Amino acid sequence: MSDSTPHWRKDFPINWEDDHYVTRREFTSFLALISGALFFGTGLVAVRGWWQRWRLASPNSVLIASVAEMPIGVAKLFYYPTPNDPCLLVRLSVDRFVAYSQRCTHLSCPVVYWAADGHIHCPCHEGRFAVEDGRPLAGPPRRPLSRITLMLRGEEIWAMGVEV
Amino acid sequence: MEFFIDPSRCIGCQGCVHACAECESHRGLSMIHLDFVDRSSSPQTTPTVCMHCEDPTCARVCPADAIKQTAEGIVQSALKPRCIGCSNCVLACPFGVPRYVAAMDQMMKCDMCYDRTSVGLKPMCATVCPSGALYYGPREEIEKRRREIPLNTFVFGRQVVKTKVHLMVGPGSEELEFDVMSFIEDRHSPGPADLPLPRAGEG
Repeated sequence: MSDSTPHWRKDFPINWEDDHYVTRREFTSFLALISGALFFGTGLVAVRGWWQRWRLASPNSVLIASVAEMPIGVAKLFYYPTPNDPCLLVRLSVDRFVAYSQRCTHLSCPVVYWAADGHIHCPCHEGRFAVEDGRPLAGPPRRPLSRITLMLRGEEIWAMGVEV
Repeated sequence: MEFFIDPSRCIGCQGCVHACAECESHRGLSMIHLDFVDRSSSPQTTPTVCMHCEDPTCARVCPADAIKQTAEGIVQSALKPRCIGCSNCVLACPFGVPRYVAAMDQMMKCDMCYDRTSVGLKPMCATVCPSGALYYGPREEIEKRRREIPLNTFVFGRQVVKTKVHLMVGPGSEELEFDVMSFIEDRHSPGPADLPLPRAGEG
């Protein structure tokens, strides 16, 4: 466009490619669509989370070990609630057992039990968790490990559920 | 690929009108005006499609910024969310192409089948015209086959309009000049309209 073109013509050009004017109706429909999509997206995520929690909380007891095979200060790998969910069972004392998901709450690396330090350690980014309750102690993780609810039935240790 | 109109070849079969109305974007509504030149003295008809001016008067006068021209030079029909139905373009177009459709409260006009021509197809009207009055194709082809020459410069009073669509006229003219004032006077004079038809090289 030449310099003699009035400025209003530059704002409202005849050429389709130069036309960037957005009508109020286009803007509001865009706004409604985007916020609607966000609303349904977050709703879906929330529903998925609830469903997972409900699935994990549902009683699905699995025999994971016997007391006799667990010396104090030793961790045992087991899978709960599905074969794709590796977990660690640790015997802290004669009558105290804890179990956590092996998935680090930072980036899902498998964590290992360091008996010498008494920590659960994530080798990826030097994350540390307290073995007593799974709370994060050091490194990037900010959330505690998922805890597996355990039950002693005589000499058998059963996994009863997951506390996310 | 260019569009050429040769009114002298028009046989008034209405094929283009019905082909245009077949389009799904404006089904039942034809964008082609098939007019009698002077019905009292001749059965000659002439098809009018949008000439797609290089500097479209309709878009210039639109107060609602509803008429746009694409990079290919196609002047689009009014944008539905913007058109206010003021009919400024209807009055301003020197070729009388835009029409105000009251049922839609919107201006509708030929967009040279933008959905088809933009993907390499011919406009509907040009595909059905049996006499070649509406021709869409390479310029060399029509220059080889026809005696008439394509022309795209029109003079309306002091306004010179160059168009994307060509009109086939007799050899020897560079531009077509229309006497707008006498046209208006004739329209308002009583009795049968005896329009002075533009002749090549006159004026």
